[in-house]
Amino acid sequence: MEDKKLAIIATKGSLDWAYPPFILASTASALGYETQIFFPFYGLQLLKKKLALEVTPLGNPGMPMPMGMDKWFPVLGMALPGMQSMMTAMMKKKMKDKGVASVEELRDLCQEAEVKLIACQMTVDLFDMDHADFIDGVEYAGAAAFFEFAGQSDICLYI
Amino acid sequence: MADFDQELDASGLNCPLPILRAKKTLNGMTGGQILHVVATDPGSVKDFDAFAKQTGNELMESKEDGGKFHFLIKKC
Repeated sequence: MEDKKLAIIATKGSLDWAYPPFILASTASALGYETQIFFPFYGLQLLKKKLALEVTPLGNPGMPMPMGMDKWFPVLGMALPGMQSMMTAMMKKKMKDKGVASVEELRDLCQEAEVKLIACQMTVDLFDMDHADFIDGVEYAGAAAFFEFAGQSDICLYI
Repeated sequence: MADFDQELDASGLNCPLPILRAKKTLNGMTGGQILHVVATDPGSVKDFDAFAKQTGNELMESKEDGGKFHFLIKKC
């Protein structure tokens, strides 16, 4: 049987949204899928050598907050300086305590499993980014290159 | 529990790490050998079942014992 194929577009550059593409891609590889992830726009943050991903409670009523903080600090409170870095630190600690892998670890596992990581060259130009800021092994291409693979994929996800 | 050739302790690890570690360990084994995986993630019960079905490796045994989950996987 020919390998199944999974194509993912990872568009978001926050800590919480970094997980779905890397978890699904690494797992799919373990199941024998040939996998590619295309990273346009904010998704490019997930390919930086030095990840500085944060999570924000702003505009996210679904985010569980410790000690009922969401009741005491409504939306405006969440906009206070330092709130985002505090939330990020708490989220990272929680993940570590629960044995959830770090984004770096999952990304390494993806590369180890030969998941192809493709950065959107247009976005690199748009934000004046430098290829040197990104991890080794990343390929740079555009929409047409993504469709070449996505068109033959069994599963295609936009995250 | 039957004999096994290799053991993997994935205790304390959460999805998808037990599966990824198991896959990596199986890569270094030969066909017919048996891997014993120990995990604490309750989601791993269904995950190892699905892993076996999709990869062709045989899940010979899956059981819970003292809050830990044990899996015997025969490499195809």
